[in-house]
Amino acid sequence: MSRVPLHLRLLKLAIGVAALVPAALAGWRFYAGALGPNPIAEALNRLGFWTLTLLLATLACTPIKVVTGWAFPLRLRRMLGLEAFVYACLHFVVYFAVDQFFDFGEIWKDILKRKFITVGFAAFVMLIPLAVTSTNGMVKRLGFPRWKRLHRLVYLSAACGVIHFAWRVKSDLRQPLLFAFVLAVLLIVRVVDQARRARPRRAA
Amino acid sequence: MLIKKPSDIPSSDVTAHGLYLRRRDFLAGGAAAAAGLTIALAGCKSQASSAPPPAAASNQPPLPGVTKGPYGTTEPATAFGDITSYNNFYEFGTDKSDPGKNAGTLRTRPWTVAFEGEIAKPQVIDIDALLKLFPLEERIYRLRCVEGWSMVIPWVGVPLGPLIQRLQPTSRAKYVAFTTLLAPEQMPGQKTSVLEWPYVEGLRIDEAMHPLTILALGLYGKTLPNQDGAPVRLVVPWKYGFKSIKSIVKVRFVENQPPTSWNRYAPNEYGFYSNVNPAVDHPRWSQKKERRIGEFRRRDTLPFNGYANEVASLYTGLDLVKNF
Repeated sequence: MSRVPLHLRLLKLAIGVAALVPAALAGWRFYAGALGPNPIAEALNRLGFWTLTLLLATLACTPIKVVTGWAFPLRLRRMLGLEAFVYACLHFVVYFAVDQFFDFGEIWKDILKRKFITVGFAAFVMLIPLAVTSTNGMVKRLGFPRWKRLHRLVYLSAACGVIHFAWRVKSDLRQPLLFAFVLAVLLIVRVVDQARRARPRRAA
Repeated sequence: MLIKKPSDIPSSDVTAHGLYLRRRDFLAGGAAAAAGLTIALAGCKSQASSAPPPAAASNQPPLPGVTKGPYGTTEPATAFGDITSYNNFYEFGTDKSDPGKNAGTLRTRPWTVAFEGEIAKPQVIDIDALLKLFPLEERIYRLRCVEGWSMVIPWVGVPLGPLIQRLQPTSRAKYVAFTTLLAPEQMPGQKTSVLEWPYVEGLRIDEAMHPLTILALGLYGKTLPNQDGAPVRLVVPWKYGFKSIKSIVKVRFVENQPPTSWNRYAPNEYGFYSNVNPAVDHPRWSQKKERRIGEFRRRDTLPFNGYANEVASLYTGLDLVKNF
């Protein structure tokens, strides 16, 4: 394995730390009473927004390599994916511990009856096996082809996350539609790339 | 756990700007750390009032001669800073903080309200004349948003009923239709299509004439800030907040049920009546509970927003599930 140059390792560290700043800010502001008149709703909105953003950033890594040839983003993919999972956990914890205050009956009813929560909960649950199998050891245990197939679930999770957002807003669909558009573009890049590589090569 | 008694304070003591509430400590684990932080909070105290209101809102001129009106609640009023910085007024943007930031471009003078339709005396009333037509009353009402949050707002206004009587509605006046200003150069949100503009609302004539229904001209004893629907808005406290149309320029008396903006946008989600009803959920979320701004735990939503004694009789025999 070639050694990664220091500046790229520092860049990865900087990106990893930067990705956690929104959560730290939200937590600090919540504690300081500086998240506005409805801090719980504001915290949920911010954590949800960053979950989706980091998920899309994770999904952008391979397309960037495909399109530009630059391989560095692939080194960020697992880190960003796990950070997206952390944000999803925070979003969920704020929902059930702070917003609903551990009212499991209400929460379960919400998951069953409110379609935007059903789809949001599904998006969250789908990320769990992906987080659990994110280590190198897990890749070996599953074997790369199986691991790769399992991790395709991230597209479904991201789609459910976008739908969760779209079904939450009253009428302003601009942000959800933007996320949907970006997700679609990233998916198309992968699909086209896959199709290209499947075509039989002509003799040089 | 939330244990709060409504304080027994007379309405004249309510006018304390920046009312601060202590939130109860609650136990949680974890602290926000840079890596793998958990936002389960350990002991959270916050203030009810958040960012200070924009300078314009707190500098509103006082309204003279305001007397205490009926139907006021003794629950603690929401902080002025919250009432003026947490608004749904999509004409100025769809974030809750947008109207507070952007409503400065609204010109509230000159302003007239046109009264027309099925009345013997159609007329246009200048806002300054409207302010002097009837004695101004303080009405401390609950306001419940369809989204699931609520406030207690010390409005200053006049009951709509006597004004309607002056206009002498004919027997064909079964409904009252209200229209907001249409002025995209003053209300930049009207350049977007999140809703159809101008914003419209409507009431049955008996709802409009009910003694609870007011035209609000101020809050906390001062002229209404722009972001709260200046210079004149409707307040119908037993209905979801979007029925309390803001920045009114036209009131028309009509024979048939008029269109209303949110019903036009999503007829299966927002009905004409939109009475606050914990037994009838929004298709996408529950209406059983609400978050009173400034409180930490959710509270139960009351039928007709707690005004059942006053208004339930308007709807006897009406299927409130079908007519949501």
